[in-house]
Amino acid sequence: MNLRRDVFQAIADPTRRAILLLVATQSMTAGAIAANFDTARPTVSKHLQILTECELLKQEQSGREVSYHINAKKMKEVADFIEPFRQMWDGRFNKLESVMKKYKSKK
Amino acid sequence: MEQKTKIHAEDGKQELTITREFDLPLELLFKAYEEPELIEQWMGTKVLKLENKKHGSYQFETTDPKGNKHGFNGTIHEFSPNQKITRTFEMEHTPFAVQLEFLEFEQLTEDTSKLTMHVVYKSVAMRDQMLKLPFAQGINMAHNRIQDILRKLK
Repeated sequence: MNLRRDVFQAIADPTRRAILLLVATQSMTAGAIAANFDTARPTVSKHLQILTECELLKQEQSGREVSYHINAKKMKEVADFIEPFRQMWDGRFNKLESVMKKYKSKK
Repeated sequence: MEQKTKIHAEDGKQELTITREFDLPLELLFKAYEEPELIEQWMGTKVLKLENKKHGSYQFETTDPKGNKHGFNGTIHEFSPNQKITRTFEMEHTPFAVQLEFLEFEQLTEDTSKLTMHVVYKSVAMRDQMLKLPFAQGINMAHNRIQDILRKLK
């Protein structure tokens, strides 16, 4: 159960979702992945570590570098689950709250 | 950390419940569902029509980043200010059947309130499909490449 929860925390982050998209069709090295982001390389490494720990990414040794590819089986598990739906509503309701707080202060 | 928005969806049932506690007085929470200008702001949709009364109906329209318009509509069955709204909800031009929504608004304290949304779908399969929609959409919007992956998974 704990592991499942971690998976959803993993995909809750926009950078990590972007990483998943990048490696969706091809294996990429950490360097090649990092080149797609403005964030510092160690930050990207941290994201890769989290995604790997949650088994959303698989590591593969290619020469001197490690490359990453998507773990389709795990992605399917996530796709079946409720969390993105909850987050959609959470986002919507957060918006409602901020709109209404502004509305209140204007009055 | 306690989550503010909760989803309760039992396996094998064609309904689900969404609950959310707001840092807003009850009146303000309800207003967010009542006033077209406010609905437009928080839902990011255009309100073409909204009749807040029994036998009334509503019609919303959103425009996606590509400029495509998506229509939503429904009929209002019950409208009790600061208490509840019962309505149907339909996404136009989609395979999704109309759904029934019971919205209940409660005061928790002077400054906080709670919304309970009970949604009933046409079938268990329809509910489960709706649950999966945001995941698929989020990914598709970001990139079309993943579509191939999802297709392979099915």
